[in-house]
Amino acid sequence: MSDTFFSGAPHWTWFIILYFFVGGIAGGACLLAAVVDWFGGPEDRPVVRTGYNVAAVGAILSGGLLTIDLGRPLRFWHMIFQSANLPAPMFKGWSPISFGAWGLLLFGLFSVLSALGGMAEEGRLHNPTLRAVGSAVRGGLAKVVGGVAGLLGVFIAGYTGVLLSVTNRPIWADSPWLGALFIASGASTGAATLILLGPRRGATEQSLARLSAFDSKALLVELLVLVLFIVSLGSVNRVWVSFWGLLLLVGVVGFGILAPLRMHAQGRPLAAAAKLVLLGGFLLRLATIFASEGIERYRVAAGM
Amino acid sequence: MPEPMGFFTDTTVCIGCKACEVACKEWNQLPAENGGIRELSGDSYDNTRRLDGIHWRHVRFIEQFKGPYDGRWLMMSDVCKHCVQAGCLEVCPTGAIIRTEFDTVVIQSDVCNGCRACIAACPFGVIDINPVSGTAQKCTLCYDRLKVGLEPACSKACPTDSIQFGAISELRTRAQKRVEQLHAQGVQANLYGADPKGALGGLNSFYLLVDEPEVYGLPRHPQLPSRNLAKSATLSVASAAVLGVLALVGLRKKRMDEIGAGGGGGGQP
Repeated sequence: MSDTFFSGAPHWTWFIILYFFVGGIAGGACLLAAVVDWFGGPEDRPVVRTGYNVAAVGAILSGGLLTIDLGRPLRFWHMIFQSANLPAPMFKGWSPISFGAWGLLLFGLFSVLSALGGMAEEGRLHNPTLRAVGSAVRGGLAKVVGGVAGLLGVFIAGYTGVLLSVTNRPIWADSPWLGALFIASGASTGAATLILLGPRRGATEQSLARLSAFDSKALLVELLVLVLFIVSLGSVNRVWVSFWGLLLLVGVVGFGILAPLRMHAQGRPLAAAAKLVLLGGFLLRLATIFASEGIERYRVAAGM
Repeated sequence: MPEPMGFFTDTTVCIGCKACEVACKEWNQLPAENGGIRELSGDSYDNTRRLDGIHWRHVRFIEQFKGPYDGRWLMMSDVCKHCVQAGCLEVCPTGAIIRTEFDTVVIQSDVCNGCRACIAACPFGVIDINPVSGTAQKCTLCYDRLKVGLEPACSKACPTDSIQFGAISELRTRAQKRVEQLHAQGVQANLYGADPKGALGGLNSFYLLVDEPEVYGLPRHPQLPSRNLAKSATLSVASAAVLGVLALVGLRKKRMDEIGAGGGGGGQP
């Protein structure tokens, strides 16, 4: 039996699952927006702007979800500053939850700046202060800010998986592949979100088709990493002989990866496949978290 | 600087009276109910089942019965191990978990924000949320009592000296003598966590066991959570690099132009 079976469950449930899902989408969408911002053409600006908007909203939502999940939400700032030694920063480079808090803060800052830049470009900012900030983020500066946001987006999509691995919990700490898996899932769900929201923001059909082609590749990477994750679990895989294993197989692999891949290959409507990708991304977090959360040390010790 | 202090728990003399549990609860004013819910097992003498935010001491009852006349009870008073290399302290993002001058590990409740990273990091399942404070809590090895030269409440209350408190170096010597005494009597006994060169740099609360660690709900090779950091981060960077290249190749303008000239791909949104 893995030594991880003797640890306690941290009660990371719905808010954390939602955060992992939303953070993955925001990070993936931001990465794609930054790549298109740097290497795409003028006709792809709607995709860029949509990506930065998704990132900004996702970052703000993520901060909110993480805060309300705390046992003492008003002390959220203790992760950023040393509460007894203000304004000294609180940072541990070896603790994913610590550097993740800083990463989310910076991702929020850069993605909001990029989103404001995009809104100013469209002339949608009416507040004078926001318009001044948004107008300042243009040209070369906008590319740099967007590029940093994109890199931070990848970090946000993936550090959550690393955070789970840097514990002593069953499944999470039994494999080093969760970070890589969440990054692949973040990329696929980020692309799916842009495919769904893009048409309303003026994205061209060609832009969406290329996003869809990228989504197929991201899904293949996700499938490969998921297989490596399962293989790396070894004897711990017996935990999947449960509802969560069924959900992983049918919900994530079947509906969330294979079905959209087939739809892409058949040239079926992009939106339907994108919705399935989002469902699969959510179920991946759900199954991964709850399969481990359900294992209690005292029950293991008592043979229950 | 005081010497490292801790507990040596000799499980062979534990009688399961739970005086330690009661003394701990009284001294630390821990509630009986978990957020208003009474959580007694109802099917065992082991009525509190586990260590958590309101049970900083727990007397584990292990029933090993092959038949009505062939069996034994194992009892162990479990507590935070005050690891020399502590996983909880390692991951705590607020600095709430500190190492004291007694080489013990304490959670400062006024700093903790209840993120629960320490719960998942502890290899022994010691920490949990106290519903009254909303923060993570565990045994402090009675830091407040140690500061004024008093013995922790649990060891003070233990009627059989199963829980012995003292300087770690002295406790290790005493424990080794006890093991030799038991071996001379033909009893299979081993120390768990007493070796400073062993797992987690040794445990400042260590045990004498007469069965495998797993039987007592203890991991055989407890490890720090950070063991996975470098490998997990490297694989994440590799995954990000692969996806980044795929995005670059698939979404850059030249490629777009090529696809545009060829009529694009995929279906309609």
